[in-house]
Amino acid sequence: MAAETQAATPAAKAGGPNHGLRIFLIWIVLALAADLVLWFVLGPHIPPGRLGSAAQGQQFDNNVMIAMSAPVLVLVLVYFTYAIVVWRRRPGDDADGPPLHGHSRIQALWITVTSVMVLSLAAFGTYELIVPYGAGGGEGPSPIWNPPGAELTAAAQQRPWAPGHVLVVQVIGQQWRFTYRYPGLGGFETTELVLPVNTMIQFDVTSIDVIHSFWAYQLGVKADANPGVDNVAYTKTQHLGRVTVRCAELCGLWHGAMFNYGKVVTVPQFQAWASSTSVALADVTKLLPPYSTTYDPTEIAHLGPVLQKLGLTGAGGGYYPPQDPSQP
Amino acid sequence: MAIETEPGTTQHPGGGQPAGGAARRPWWMRPAIHTGLIGAVIGYAFGHWLGNLIASGYQQVGTSDQNDTAIVLGYLFMVIGWLAGLGVFNDLFKQMAGRRLAEAENGNGPGGLAQYFRFHLDHKVVGIQYLVGMIIYFCTAGLLAMGIRTELLSPVHHVFSSATYIEIVGEHGTMMMMLMTSVILGPFGNYLIPIMIGSKRVAYPRLEALSFWLTPAAFMILLSALLLGGFHMGWTGYPTLSIQDTSGADAYAFAFGLMGISMTLAGFNILVTVICYRAPGMRWSRLPMFVWGILGTAVMMALAAPVLSGGMYMLLTDRTVQTAFFTDQLGGSTYLWEDVFWFFGHPEVYILALPGFGIVCELLPVFTRKPLFGYKVAAAGMIGVTLLSFFVWQHHLFDSGINPDMRPLYMLTTEMISIPTGFIFLVGMGTLWKAKIRFTVPMLFCFAFFFNFLIGGISGVFNSDAPADVTEHGSFFVMAHFHYTIMGGLIFAFMGGCYYWLPKMMGIKLNEKLGYWHFWLMFLGFNSTFMPLFAVGWLGQPRRVFEYALRLQTLNDWVSISSYVLGFSILLFVINFVWSTVVTRVRETGNPWESRGLEWQIPSPPPAYNFEHVPVVLSGPYEYGSEGSEPVADLNPPVGVLAAAFSGSETARAEA
Repeated sequence: MAAETQAATPAAKAGGPNHGLRIFLIWIVLALAADLVLWFVLGPHIPPGRLGSAAQGQQFDNNVMIAMSAPVLVLVLVYFTYAIVVWRRRPGDDADGPPLHGHSRIQALWITVTSVMVLSLAAFGTYELIVPYGAGGGEGPSPIWNPPGAELTAAAQQRPWAPGHVLVVQVIGQQWRFTYRYPGLGGFETTELVLPVNTMIQFDVTSIDVIHSFWAYQLGVKADANPGVDNVAYTKTQHLGRVTVRCAELCGLWHGAMFNYGKVVTVPQFQAWASSTSVALADVTKLLPPYSTTYDPTEIAHLGPVLQKLGLTGAGGGYYPPQDPSQP
Repeated sequence: MAIETEPGTTQHPGGGQPAGGAARRPWWMRPAIHTGLIGAVIGYAFGHWLGNLIASGYQQVGTSDQNDTAIVLGYLFMVIGWLAGLGVFNDLFKQMAGRRLAEAENGNGPGGLAQYFRFHLDHKVVGIQYLVGMIIYFCTAGLLAMGIRTELLSPVHHVFSSATYIEIVGEHGTMMMMLMTSVILGPFGNYLIPIMIGSKRVAYPRLEALSFWLTPAAFMILLSALLLGGFHMGWTGYPTLSIQDTSGADAYAFAFGLMGISMTLAGFNILVTVICYRAPGMRWSRLPMFVWGILGTAVMMALAAPVLSGGMYMLLTDRTVQTAFFTDQLGGSTYLWEDVFWFFGHPEVYILALPGFGIVCELLPVFTRKPLFGYKVAAAGMIGVTLLSFFVWQHHLFDSGINPDMRPLYMLTTEMISIPTGFIFLVGMGTLWKAKIRFTVPMLFCFAFFFNFLIGGISGVFNSDAPADVTEHGSFFVMAHFHYTIMGGLIFAFMGGCYYWLPKMMGIKLNEKLGYWHFWLMFLGFNSTFMPLFAVGWLGQPRRVFEYALRLQTLNDWVSISSYVLGFSILLFVINFVWSTVVTRVRETGNPWESRGLEWQIPSPPPAYNFEHVPVVLSGPYEYGSEGSEPVADLNPPVGVLAAAFSGSETARAEA
C-alpha cells in the first residue's frame, strides 16, 4: 500500500494533470463572464439608484466593488469545488497527502495581490468620499468637503433661497417623525419633504430627543440625527421622483413606523408649493422657536400647540416616563 | 512554580484523593447550584431593600413603580449572593482564617454528574459546564430570532405589539452578542488548551470557574429584563434612548457589564496559561493553530471587555444617580457612548471570528491528511487581526457626524484588516492542494465555514467603503453581513468543533447520520435565510423594524420560512447531542480521526491532571505525510530528561 502510493506520487507529479492551469482556465472564463454580466446587466439596477448625485456615486462604488470582488469570489469557489471533486479520498486509500508546508512565492504573491487590492480600494473609497462632498453621509457640524455655496451658519441659511443655489433643508428627528424646516423660505416646518430638481440640497439633520438616522433612500443620504448636534449631508437632485425616508437608527417603540415619503418636483412647482405652504402654516411658524442649527427641547415654549397643529404625536405619547426630555 | 513536573498526589481517574478529602456533608448542605439560587434570592431582596432605603427620593420608573437604584443594587447583591451560595468565597475565607483547604487545588474532589452543578476548579469540568451553558443560551436566543422572523412574515399584520417586538429584537441581539463571545473559548478553549499545550492545569482555575458561573447570572438577569418591561434600544444601547427607557434597561446594562467581567477573567486566564504553561518543547512554532486563535481572542477579551464594563457602569450611573455622561444638555455626549461601546464592540466581532479560524485551521490538516499550508502566515494572520481590531471601531460611526476626516482613516484600517483575514483563505486553499479529503461531518462544517466567511468577508469590504456604507449602514445588508461572519463563521466552526472534539471531551461520538442531516439542513437553511437579506437591505429595509415596504414581502417571507428550517436544524443538533450523550452513549475512547494533535494522544475523556507526566513535545502537530516524522510528543519522558531540558540558562526556572 505504502509502496504503491510512493510510486504513484512521483508519476502524478511528472505526468499528472496540471491542476493549477486547469483551475486558472476555469477561473478566468467564469470570472470574466461574471464581471461582464454583473457590470452590464445587473450594474444599472444596483441600489440605491440615481435620483440623487450621492446615490449615483454609491451605485458606481457598489459596481466597482462588485467587479473587483466577483473574481475573488469565483476564484475561491472554483478552487474549493475543484478540490472537493478532484482531491477527495478514494475508497480504501488511507495514506496521507504530500507533506507540503508552504510555498514562499505563492504566499508572497497572495499577500502582495490582496494588499494592493485592499489599498487601492481604500484609495478609491477616499476619492469617492471626498469628491462628491461626503457621498451623502453625515459629515457632522463642521463639514470639510462642501459644495460651492454651502451655508454653514444659521444666519447664512436664513438668507432667501433662489433657484440654482444650495437649498438648505433642516431635518428634525423626534419620536417618531421627521419634520423638515426650510430656513431660506421663511422658516416654516412641514411633515413632507419636497425638493426642487437639479439643485444641490444641504440637509442639516438634528434631533430633539434620542438618536435617529435620516435615511433618504433614493437620494443616497444617511445622517444620524443626534440631539444637540447639527449633522450636515449633501446630495444633488438629478431627476423627478419619489423619495422614501426611513429612520435607520433604533429610536424606540415605533421606530419601525417612522417613515414617510418625499418628492422631487420641478423648480416652479417647488416654489409654488413653498409659498402656499408658507402661508398655510404662517400661524404655526410664529409659534416655532427661532431658526437654529440645533434645538434644546427644554427651551421650546410652545411645543405642545405646534405638535397638535401639525398633527404629530410628539415624543411623550405615554410610552416613556416624564424625564423624557422632549415631553412638551 | 511554572510547570508541575510530577503529580502532587497519586493519580486516579476521576480525580481527588481516594478518601475524597474531608468528611462529607450531605449533598444538599454542600454548595452547589441550589444554594447559589438561595443566595441570589436573599441577595436580591437585601439589595432591593437597600436601594429603596438610600434612594427613596429618586424618580420612580413609570412602568414598574420601582426606582432604578433599587433594581441595580438588587442585581448587584443578587450576584454576590449567587456566588457566595455557590461557595466561590469559601476557600478565600478559609485561608484568611488560617484553615487548611480540604480539597486538592485542581478540583473539589470526585463528583460524577453532581460536580457539573458546582463551582469546580477542574478545567475539564468547567469546559463541559460552558458547553452545556452555551448551547442553552444559543438556543434561547435562537428562539427569539424565530419570533422576529415570525413578526416579519407580514408588513401589515402584526403578531407582536411594537413594544414586544423591540424587546425580542433587543433580547436576541444582546444575548447572542454578549454570551456567544465565549461559545468557543469557553467550552473548547478551557477544556482543550491546557491539554493541547501539554499542561496539567490552567493558570487561574478560580478565575476560570468564576468566569463560567457569571454567565448564568448574566443570562438570567438579561432575561429578567422582560419582567421589568423589557428594553427598547437593541443590543447597542444607544443613549439617550437607553437613559429614557424603562427599567428593563437596567437589566441590560447590568447583565452586559457582568458578562464583560466574565470575558475579562476568561481571557486573562487563557492568556497566562498559554504563555506560561506550555510543556517543554512546545515552542511558539509548534503551537496548534487553535491555540493561536484562542490566544488572540484572549488578548482581545482581556483588553476590550473592561471598556465594555466601564461603559455599562457609566450608563447605570446615568440611569440611577443621575450622572450625565451621555446627556447632551448637561455636558455629556452620546458620542462618548458610541465610541466606548464600539471600542469594545469591534474587537468583539473578532472575538467572535478568531476562534472559528482556529478551529478550521486545526481541523483541515486532520481531514486533508496534509500539513497546514503556511503555518507562519496563519499565525501572522491571527496576530494581525488581533492588533488591527482595536483600530477600526469608528467605521460604526461613519454617518453619525463624527469628525469627517476620520472617515478615510477608519476606511483604510477597516479595509486593511481584510488582509490578515484573507490569510485564512490562503492557508485553507494551500492545505487543500492535492489533499486526500475525508468528508466527515466536522470537515463539512469547515467547508461551510469557508463558503460563509467568504461571503461575509466580501460583504464586509462593501461596508468598510464609506460611500457605499451610506446606504448599507443600519440596513439589513449589515445585518446579513455580520450573521454571515458570526453565525456562518463562528457557529459553523463551533458545530464542527462539537463533532470533532466531543469524542475527546465526553468519550462519546455524536451520531453521524443525524450529523449529516444537521449539517445539510443548517448549511442550506442558513444561506437561504441570510443571502436574500443582502438584497432586502440594499432595497431599503432598515434593521429592527416591524413594518416594511410591501414590495419586500416576498423576500421577507422566503427568509422567514428558511429561518424555520435553520431553527429545525439546530433542534436536530440538540436532539443528536442529547440522544448520543444520554441515550445511546456509543463509547469512543481512542483517536477516531487519526489526528496528530497532542490532545488525541491521551485517553478520552482525559484522566484527572490530563497527563501522568508532563510530556516533552517533539514535533509540530501537523506533520502528516512525512515519512519518519517524530511522534508529536513523548508522554513518558525518561527520568531526568526534564531536568536536562531545564539545565543551563533555564536552571532558575526549573528550580522555581
